[in-house]
Amino acid sequence: MSKDVILDVRNLKVDIPVSAGMLHPVRGISFSVARGETLCIVGESGCGKSLTSLALMGLLPKTATRTADKLDFLGQDIRDLKERQMAALRGVNMAMIFQEPMTSLNPAYTIGNQLIEVYRRHIDPGKAEARERAIFLLEKVGISAAASRLSQYPHQLSGGLRQRVMIAMALMCGPDVIIADEPTTALDVTIQAQILHLLADLQKEFQMGMILITHDLGIVARVADKVQVMYAGSTVEEGPCQAVFDSPLHPYTSGLLRCIPVPGKTQRGSRLGSVPGIVPNLVGDLHGCMFRNRCDHAEAACEALAGDATQLSDGHAFTCRMTPDEAAQAARQTAREVA
Amino acid sequence: MLVYTLKRSFVAFLILIVVSGLTFSLSHLSADPALTIGGEQASDEDIEAIRKFYGFDRPIYEQYFSWLGRALQGDFGESYHYKQPVVDMISGRIGTTMTLGVLAILFALIVSIPLGTVAAMRPNSLIDRFALLIAVFGQALPTFWFALMMIIVFGVWWRMLPISGNTTWAHFVMPTIALGYYATPALMRLTRAGMIEVLESDYIRTARAKGLSPTSILFKHALRNAIIPVVALAAVWFGFMLGGSIVIETIFNLKGIGWLSYDALLRSDLPVVQAIVLIFASFYVVLTLLADLLNAYLDPRISVR
Repeated sequence: MSKDVILDVRNLKVDIPVSAGMLHPVRGISFSVARGETLCIVGESGCGKSLTSLALMGLLPKTATRTADKLDFLGQDIRDLKERQMAALRGVNMAMIFQEPMTSLNPAYTIGNQLIEVYRRHIDPGKAEARERAIFLLEKVGISAAASRLSQYPHQLSGGLRQRVMIAMALMCGPDVIIADEPTTALDVTIQAQILHLLADLQKEFQMGMILITHDLGIVARVADKVQVMYAGSTVEEGPCQAVFDSPLHPYTSGLLRCIPVPGKTQRGSRLGSVPGIVPNLVGDLHGCMFRNRCDHAEAACEALAGDATQLSDGHAFTCRMTPDEAAQAARQTAREVA
Repeated sequence: MLVYTLKRSFVAFLILIVVSGLTFSLSHLSADPALTIGGEQASDEDIEAIRKFYGFDRPIYEQYFSWLGRALQGDFGESYHYKQPVVDMISGRIGTTMTLGVLAILFALIVSIPLGTVAAMRPNSLIDRFALLIAVFGQALPTFWFALMMIIVFGVWWRMLPISGNTTWAHFVMPTIALGYYATPALMRLTRAGMIEVLESDYIRTARAKGLSPTSILFKHALRNAIIPVVALAAVWFGFMLGGSIVIETIFNLKGIGWLSYDALLRSDLPVVQAIVLIFASFYVVLTLLADLLNAYLDPRISVR
């Protein structure tokens, strides 16, 4: 943590007014990302992962409001930056890769045009240098015949290639942090691994901070330095990747881990693990542990849980009424049910 | 793109052939043209002489090919009523109609695209409501009433603009507004709808994530995609304005093609009617072709489909 911290977020909240009242999709989450570090934010659909990333980029829908106790990027407080000042950071210092490569590129322009424009806007208005950079990065992301690809349109490329182009585009200005919001969800399984390895390699090579948002725990185990498990808009468990995977403490985390089939261990034909129930409605006044109605270990005390995390020595923390020992025992019990 | 252009051009050519056939058959769909020309007093010998003179006694395909052959050389025959070459009657008036049509479609586009864009950027804002109001008026007001109101206010009360004739540019101001305003609502609403859809698209989010300037996001990335259906509609409207400006031409006494076709129809002056229909149908086909090609340029995916 004392390393070169690029992004430091404390108590980030997003509120969106809806017809039924105020929706709280992100309810006070905190994390930091250092140079060369990969933070994985994990959780099921609708838990606020994507909105968290959009909130960091300042790309929330107009109706949404963002509040935070701290939102430092490269040592600068970006909470009250004007749109123009945010635009000067986006694309240069912070870049984003989206979930849908099929629709995230403008169909009317060649990929060369779209790669070059971001460089010309932020770094150097000259065309030749931007073009060279684009070719260099297209080759970096594993696209052959890069120079001739520049004149191709998005519809002439496959989904995997488009996502590679998106990655190259995010790297055009050499960002300090790259936010990847489920970058492989829309791709074939065979392509997913390639893209993720590519991202991880590039991140190490360019010493960027990376926030990888995903609900695929298999991915997390391979690339994450730190893991943050989100449920219903708040963090339920966080810590070093190894610690979270080896000794999960929050019942939701162990529930998620149970969902990964392990080749050789999971018996053919046996039921795959699942976490029963659905994410609760996040409209209006919310209190207590939001996971209590899906938790095997819920008690009356869960309803009054304040939401303070229990800290362990190695940076591992979780938010639950149980003590670390009780939690560890409960997690072992969950794991046994599958085995 | 080249293949697409050739394909489209070929289709346009086929359409023109069909159109010419239909246009020619007009003269034989109505009553015997020789009777019309001869009038009520004509004797049987007169009618027979007229048939011979105009070639109505020859086989119909022969008549068609000789008509088409002459039309391609710019000879549309002679007006039954005015006994003048049709070409001269049209060429003397087409300038007025073209000027009016071009000015009107430009006026419509200049008003509707910015207004639709601004309305889309702030849906349900004051400016959006204002744009909607203009659209509703444009759709609901009959053109002739709107034109007459303009004449009363700007021509008669304030005496700012001439109300009749086509000698100066000032003469075209009111007709342009009257004719162009009619096309504005549809074009504006289509621009607005297209922009709203595009502004919510993923690639606009990407453009914002790249930190591009608002100008670049709006004009380079959004408008180009939103404008595609507008181009197609504008081409149709332009064709409509050229062929359908009869009311406006009559009110402002512009004596263009619209007025001529009205006159020719009343007198069953078939060569004139045929020439006008053929010319404007050709315009329509060419305009549609140009709009298609422009759209294929704007959205490269179109030429693949």
